Amino acid sequence: MASKTHLPTGILLACLLAASPAILHPQGRNIEFHGFLLGNFTARTTGLIPEGGDESDYLLAEERLRLDISAWSGSANASARIKSDLRHDALSDEFDVDIREAYIDYTTGPLDLRFGRHIVTWGVGDLLFINDVFPKDWESFFTGRPLEYLKSGIDGLRSRYSANPLGIEVLVIPFFDPDRLPAADRFFLYDPMASIDAREETTPEAEFGNTELALRLFRSVLSFDVSFHAYRGFWRTPSARPDDYQNPTQLTLFYSELAVYGLSAQGNGLGGVVSLEGGYYDSREDRAGDDPLVPNSQVRFLAGYQRQFGDDLNTGIQYYMEVMADHEAYRGSLPAGFPEQEKKRDTLTLRIERTFRYHTWKVGGFAFYSPADRDYLVQPRVTHQFSDELSLAVGGNIFGGKRGTTFLGQFDRNDNAYLSARFDF
Amino acid sequence: MKRAIVSALALVMAVSPALRAQEASPAKPGLSAAQIVERSLHAFYSPGDDMKARVTMNLIDKDGRARTRVMTMLRRDTDEKGNQKYFIYFHEPGDVRQMTFMVWKYADKEDDRWIFVPAVDLVRRIAADDKRSSFVGSDFTYEDVSGRDVTADRHTLAGEEAVNGRPCYVIQSVPVEGVDYTKKISLIDKENYLPLKESYYDVQGELFRQFTADEVKAVPVGQDGSKGAIPTVTRRTMSNVKRGHRTEVIFDSIVYNLGLQDPDFSERNMRRPPRAWIE
Repeated sequence: MASKTHLPTGILLACLLAASPAILHPQGRNIEFHGFLLGNFTARTTGLIPEGGDESDYLLAEERLRLDISAWSGSANASARIKSDLRHDALSDEFDVDIREAYIDYTTGPLDLRFGRHIVTWGVGDLLFINDVFPKDWESFFTGRPLEYLKSGIDGLRSRYSANPLGIEVLVIPFFDPDRLPAADRFFLYDPMASIDAREETTPEAEFGNTELALRLFRSVLSFDVSFHAYRGFWRTPSARPDDYQNPTQLTLFYSELAVYGLSAQGNGLGGVVSLEGGYYDSREDRAGDDPLVPNSQVRFLAGYQRQFGDDLNTGIQYYMEVMADHEAYRGSLPAGFPEQEKKRDTLTLRIERTFRYHTWKVGGFAFYSPADRDYLVQPRVTHQFSDELSLAVGGNIFGGKRGTTFLGQFDRNDNAYLSARFDF
Repeated sequence: MKRAIVSALALVMAVSPALRAQEASPAKPGLSAAQIVERSLHAFYSPGDDMKARVTMNLIDKDGRARTRVMTMLRRDTDEKGNQKYFIYFHEPGDVRQMTFMVWKYADKEDDRWIFVPAVDLVRRIAADDKRSSFVGSDFTYEDVSGRDVTADRHTLAGEEAVNGRPCYVIQSVPVEGVDYTKKISLIDKENYLPLKESYYDVQGELFRQFTADEVKAVPVGQDGSKGAIPTVTRRTMSNVKRGHRTEVIFDSIVYNLGLQDPDFSERNMRRPPRAWIE
């Protein structure tokens, strides 16, 4: 995730930037420089504060300076790009550098190669992910950071061969990055083993055998954009292994092996755009489904429909379901006292957005509701564009659910409102 | 904001089927109003086999505050039946920079439209419906950008009039189905069929929207104009008279017949536009 570093590095980068008018004002050179300043401030609106963390009403308070530098070669079909945020966390008063992307591109014939840290998005879901198995930052998402921060980069090689009748994309990812989940120091969470403080995280070692591989084959079928996806790697959310099942004193967090095979399709239909996606999650370390520590295998699918109405009203609905492969085995092995998951977990989503006044105002929101878990998340948002440079967004995250143990229900006490301001240059 | 642009773009180049007339030829006596409009649509929206231009849109509100959109637009006419392909790359403003947008426009069915969102490296389809909604927040509608089906209005020839010394047909167009205007008066250049002025009247019968072609240039085709020249509106304004908002558009670096092929309008080029296109 964010590459953490200390103040000196930040200062060094800032000095480099300030001392580089040639970069700021390239003339006749194959280089472009852009960026923005972004402030994100998110406060919990429930008036409750989790113990032991920052002891703050704020879930997020930060300033980010985005530096986006592209350079390219006039003679070879090559380019380079770095997108990096200098970030100040106002809650902890720490500086760090978040390398969003840093890559080199090379193109030859129908082949495009990308080497380095870069963001990959697969599948056709709108904020629902099946074949997009790449790292995500859910903490960002639940605190109202701009949407691009939901995705974080992978460190690896992408090669894409574009041709008829079939395009091929292959990703080789030697270095594993997990999802970033909301942490207990700033969020109220459900943690079945909350009493155990001693925790150790082990991520897959950077060994050849742990290299993640992802394949996408794509083509057009009957005017639909269709992709076949395959992935071999790891779950990006950790499992926890206690040192002693009877009297645990320490937990080891680990990422178990996973393979995913799926299909996605998107095209015009019913006067709008229709999206379909499915995938089989093969939990390679728990094929029998009876290991309580490792997620069960799953089948996931979604169907979505988006349409525009009237002048500027955009809508989208989706239905998503995941089905546990061995629910009986899972139940049989579930330790006493742990909440039981249903065999089927479904989610409905709704997106409604409307623009006003020459698109300078946008009012809308996104909502998740799970009939199986009976929990929800509603995300209203208003954005105003003061000028081409300055925009302001105000929004919220409203969580709720029948139980405090479900995915969204556990965040019930974290309802929050945010303000985000951005100045582009 | 990104999604605002996404939604705005959702409609770009909305359908205008079966408009492809023959190359404009000198007016014949007895040319019907619909034939004049057809020639005008062709002269304005699909001259040449293909085209590339840098388009600058200045969106100016009633207090004089301006916002600017800069894009590179490419167009290819796939055939003579009205099937076209469009590609748009955004240079400015910053929040949509490097975003690309592609339309495969069909004469006889719904268009295919895609958007590439560079921040998350995502190409996806976008839904589109209303042809009369604003193009990227400007005073131009999607139909203003890509043309309105000739049969969508009933046209009558209301006379002749000169605009800046150029003789024009005066065409009155009344929409067949209800839209934002109830009547449009167009002044169409008798020689090159370009629309020089359009006035839109609302349901109260009042002028609310006006288009003017502010600059027309003969853009050379081929090496140093070896293949002639195409008269092109290089500056245009759409004003919302009632709201006091207007959009001024400049087309520059226009190239016709650069030899674009259908496969150039691909997902690959959305993700990684050729340098020669966007410089």
